[in-house]
Amino acid sequence: MSISNPLTKNIEAGRAPFSFAEYQAAGGYQSFANAVKMSPRDVMGQVKDAGLGGRGGAGFNTGLKWSFSPDPDGLPRYLVVNADEMEPGTFKDRLLMEHDPHLLIEGMITASYAIQATTAYIFLRGEYTVAEENLLKAIAEAYDNGMLGKKIQGSDYNLDLYLHTSAGRYICGEETALINALEGKRANPRFKPPFPQVSGLWGRPTLVNNVETICNIPGILTHGVQWFKGLGLGEESGTRISGVSGRVKKPGCWEMPVGTTFRTVLEDYAGGMQDGYELKAFLPGGGSTDFLMPEHLDLPMIPGDVAKAGSRLGTSLMMVLDDKTCPIGTVRNLIKFFAHESCGWCTPCRDGLPWVEHILNKMEEGKGEMKDIEILKEMSGYMGPGNTFCALAPGAAEPLQSSLKYFMDEYEAHVKHGCNYK
Amino acid sequence: MASITIDGKVFEVDEKNNLLQECLSQAMDLPYFCWHPSMGSVGSCRQCAVVEYADENDERGRLVMACMTEPRDGARYSIEAAANFRAQAIESIMINHPHDCPVCEEGGECHLQDMTVMSGHTYRRYDGKKKTHTNQYLGPFINHEMNRCITCYRCVRYYKDYAGGTDFGPQASHDNTYFGRWQEGPLESEFSGNLVEVCPTGVFTDKPFSKHYSRKWDLQSSPSVCTGCSVGCNTNPGERYGTLRRIVNRYNDEVNGYFICDKGRFGAGYVNSEERIPVSMTRAAHDSDPVQIDPDAAKEALNKAASDAIGIGSPRASMEANYALRELVGAENFYAGIPEQELGMLNKIIDIYQNKPVNVANIKDIENSDAVLILGEDITNTASRIALGVRQSVKNLGRQMGADLNFPIWHDAAIRQLAMDKLSPLYILSPHNTRLDDIAKTVHISTAAHSAQIGMAVAHAIDSKAPAAEGLNKEEEALASEIAETLKSAKKALIISGTNSLEPALLDAASNIATALANDEEKANLVLVGSESNSMGLALMMQGSDKALQQAMAADAKSAVVLENDLYRRAASSDVDAFINSLEQLTVLDHLKNRTGEQANLVLAAATFAESSGTFVNYESRAQHYYSTFKSKPDIRSSALWLSDKHLNELTAACAADIEHCADMTHLTPGEDYNFAGLKAPRQHHRYSGRTSMRANISVHEPKQEQDEDGVMVYSMEGVPAIKDASVLNSPWAPGWNSNQSIFKFQEYAGGPLKQSSQGERLLVNSSTEKSWNTPAKNTSSVSGQGYQVFPLYHIFGSEELSSYTPSIQEKATSAYIALNPADAEKLGLQGSDGVQVEHNGAVPFILRSSVQAGTVGVSVGLKGLNFQDIGASIVLDKAENWQFPDTWHEANIFASDKFVGGAD
Repeated sequence: MSISNPLTKNIEAGRAPFSFAEYQAAGGYQSFANAVKMSPRDVMGQVKDAGLGGRGGAGFNTGLKWSFSPDPDGLPRYLVVNADEMEPGTFKDRLLMEHDPHLLIEGMITASYAIQATTAYIFLRGEYTVAEENLLKAIAEAYDNGMLGKKIQGSDYNLDLYLHTSAGRYICGEETALINALEGKRANPRFKPPFPQVSGLWGRPTLVNNVETICNIPGILTHGVQWFKGLGLGEESGTRISGVSGRVKKPGCWEMPVGTTFRTVLEDYAGGMQDGYELKAFLPGGGSTDFLMPEHLDLPMIPGDVAKAGSRLGTSLMMVLDDKTCPIGTVRNLIKFFAHESCGWCTPCRDGLPWVEHILNKMEEGKGEMKDIEILKEMSGYMGPGNTFCALAPGAAEPLQSSLKYFMDEYEAHVKHGCNYK
Repeated sequence: MASITIDGKVFEVDEKNNLLQECLSQAMDLPYFCWHPSMGSVGSCRQCAVVEYADENDERGRLVMACMTEPRDGARYSIEAAANFRAQAIESIMINHPHDCPVCEEGGECHLQDMTVMSGHTYRRYDGKKKTHTNQYLGPFINHEMNRCITCYRCVRYYKDYAGGTDFGPQASHDNTYFGRWQEGPLESEFSGNLVEVCPTGVFTDKPFSKHYSRKWDLQSSPSVCTGCSVGCNTNPGERYGTLRRIVNRYNDEVNGYFICDKGRFGAGYVNSEERIPVSMTRAAHDSDPVQIDPDAAKEALNKAASDAIGIGSPRASMEANYALRELVGAENFYAGIPEQELGMLNKIIDIYQNKPVNVANIKDIENSDAVLILGEDITNTASRIALGVRQSVKNLGRQMGADLNFPIWHDAAIRQLAMDKLSPLYILSPHNTRLDDIAKTVHISTAAHSAQIGMAVAHAIDSKAPAAEGLNKEEEALASEIAETLKSAKKALIISGTNSLEPALLDAASNIATALANDEEKANLVLVGSESNSMGLALMMQGSDKALQQAMAADAKSAVVLENDLYRRAASSDVDAFINSLEQLTVLDHLKNRTGEQANLVLAAATFAESSGTFVNYESRAQHYYSTFKSKPDIRSSALWLSDKHLNELTAACAADIEHCADMTHLTPGEDYNFAGLKAPRQHHRYSGRTSMRANISVHEPKQEQDEDGVMVYSMEGVPAIKDASVLNSPWAPGWNSNQSIFKFQEYAGGPLKQSSQGERLLVNSSTEKSWNTPAKNTSSVSGQGYQVFPLYHIFGSEELSSYTPSIQEKATSAYIALNPADAEKLGLQGSDGVQVEHNGAVPFILRSSVQAGTVGVSVGLKGLNFQDIGASIVLDKAENWQFPDTWHEANIFASDKFVGGAD
């Protein structure tokens, strides 16, 4: 068995997603049968050994995260899949859910078994209506075929799975805000500790994982740890979906070995920049990551390496900034989004981001002042990691602080002459 | 205890508290907004940031919120190192805050002002437009000015999470977050007024106060006690130019903590009422026009009238005033001035408190109870602050769940999220649904007499030596044993009942249950409430005698002196009419015009609590001293001064010496020798303005300072503020802390008891371990063949006599009505717009509630249009002829505490 694209192997442009039968015929739904022969702790161990990093942005070892759940006590516990893909420039989970919903469901069943969840939820971005339709159909099929419900595949394991479509807030991507939203409360994040593994949904142990993370589980439990480790480049395990948007010849996302460089994605997969445009900078993995420069293109898309260069891999879907687009206008757009999406719970995010937006608007209107640049520098530190209740504002501060690092001349030019990209 | 280092200094701290609380306890100035000692921490405002260092080598440290940090033994923190971050936080908080401090009611006692100064934000850099919001009408009590909001979430955490309100919350998000109702309208919670104090700035302000506003520093204030019910919440009234301007909470961790009810906060407007009796008057006959007389002549007339008079005391007059009347007329001629049945019930409470193995619960005990049984007393309406305490008690299950997972007790959000809707058990036995039904495990609707039987069964199930119950069905027996099991397995059970149910057997049942629960280590908590601010004190004064109003009226006296008492609220109108007509001389001392006073031959203008000092005894038998806030006008004197030539202190001492159990009444104030560096405690703030000029339009000569009656506080700004003894604190203030948050400077630790010489004294001390049982008298009030069995319906707004003279309370009240079961209404042929003719009474509107048992009828107490005393245990009802709704009928006002939550049809 030498599948090299376990996430997208069933996906074909223009074709409807596999039905249950087609999916099973293509080798699907084997992971649960394998997992149920093992103890839940052993399944966790396999996932941990496989070196699967979380694909939501933080990159934390998934098996390790699972292992923090307390031992089952006979009361309910939950798996929640975070399908609220709202990071600007990110559309990988959408591909997986629209085109191979059974892969996610299989992953959820196996993951739920590992953590002994009694109920699983998909928290889906409200705008993803095609994904909703396809998932609902796939969930019904899974129930009909005994993959969900009581005594799954003749085992003693029971699981119910529900799809919840979000009312739509960026903050719902934060796992504790997502839990509040799922409970019908305001989508404000919760303070940690306690972590959701201890007290999450309905006050019970809960694991929240990203769609792509869970979609890796069937492969690991079907083909084994060694196979998964072999998929990555060098020391890396597995594949991931990376991609690019912006003025490139062929924007999109593709499954590729973990460890692939940004240059490969930009030049080989996306065909390079459009004619007449040059790469000025790029956000490596969504709107809430620091700008990297063309000299960083040869970095492998690995969290640690990207961190060393002063950014975050994030969702690994690059957004390119070309030489004909105003970097300050770009940051302004991002900050406007984040300021609007702030939940309003903690001060630096709620009141800091609108101030930044106000200054960037002034810059774009040619009304900026030199003292504003000082305030922007201060604000990017003020909203930094550890200063806020959750990661929203520190993420929002990343494009701001890195633009101040790389494009100070442009800021000064804006103050002196206004925006000359218009 | 943990040993921690803060900016190089070592402190011993309690690791159960959060770091912010400990910093405040150590007298450090660390700013904060969202934390509140009663509501715990959520970490949203980011204003209490400090730096925590990992170990001795860590030089950078990491920013943490002190309110969300458990002090670790050996840990090192710095407040100084986070100063820049805190300055940034306040700067961004302030970008949308209006610069309207000069016209804002909060100005001068604004926590936001204090924190802004403390955090070092003085210069505005933000040059954009400010965010603006629309304000809402929130009823007669509270102004809403959303532009001032700094989004600290304290309001909603108080209103929803703490007080259980459901009609107010956060809306929208980001910097557009809005705190309000889904649409304009009066706030439904009976505790909404606390928003005024919980809000760190001027979003929620006291509306009646706004209408005659004065800065905090210009208010003359004193420690006082609420006159609204028998709980005796501690208050700080504020006066300017001879009128009472407002009431705020006065912290007392054993009585009311940080919160009072809306009747307490807004109900004292009667002090300024146009219905006040401004001067003393005489009347030749009961129905002639009054003639004004000067105070000295009035006093002489009183002494003459009293020479062979009976005295009728009052449950809303001070111990001293009642005692002075008792001395004036002679103990043998002194009567309680309340119905026989109520006096009997109060005497029963005194016996229980003294002789049964029970723990009389204060507010802390109530909040710490983990299983509660309420027997027939509608506490939201009759002893409101206790209902708020019960709301906290049901959260103890969640706190225990959190403790099992090592959550710190202050981690409010985590505990709520863990507990979800799991509550400690609360059982309610009541003739109607109540406001606490939403947190009750079981609400059982039955008549008071029947509820008492269920209570007896509970006691019997706990201890078979307790007398058994009669007449219960299977379901009720099962309920009784469930309640018994629950109470037995609780760490601290609480039984609540009171006199307002008008059913003595409920007190017997409550006593038996608490007695049954007692064991060698623990006594169960018991709360038995009375109806008025000094009901218990009056009963103590009677020393077990049964001389109630009925006995007074039957005493065949020719002259009667009535102390602060409208007899028509205590006995049937026809009986009172006959009594007054039989008198040659009726003398009345009171503050407000009422039916009794209107017939008096001699009316003495009596001071209210705000213009006089004295002692009230609350439901716990806690004697509390209230200091007069301002000097009354010359024509008005305190009842005690009218009735006696003794000084107040001498009266207190005489009462303490003379009346059994009252000896500790002399310990309530630091005594007339009190001084600090040779000076008394001031009633006025050291910034009180205009002292030498406020009368300049009348005379440029500064009048002599008014003298005080008890020698502890002065009507002046001269003196030393109560730094060491908060029992004489006019209002809390500390350098840098102008708002009410400054109270922590007077506490033993932030959120703890006050450093003060007296928190009041429990007069009844109980060391009984002996179990003895009460057997209720045979119920004589059960339904006879005809008529409907009556149960009383109390209203926080309108049922209490004095507060109902206050305009904002009137806006929240309605006139009298009855509540009927729909089947009974159908039998009577009643349609929605009909009125009900009440036997021997007028016609009133009715409301339908399926929760009202068929054959019973709820009758409003104290509301205008129906005298409850004119109604017997059962009444005959008819459809009213020529019916029209009275103008005073506001069904919408039966929406708050009066709403039958579960039973609305």
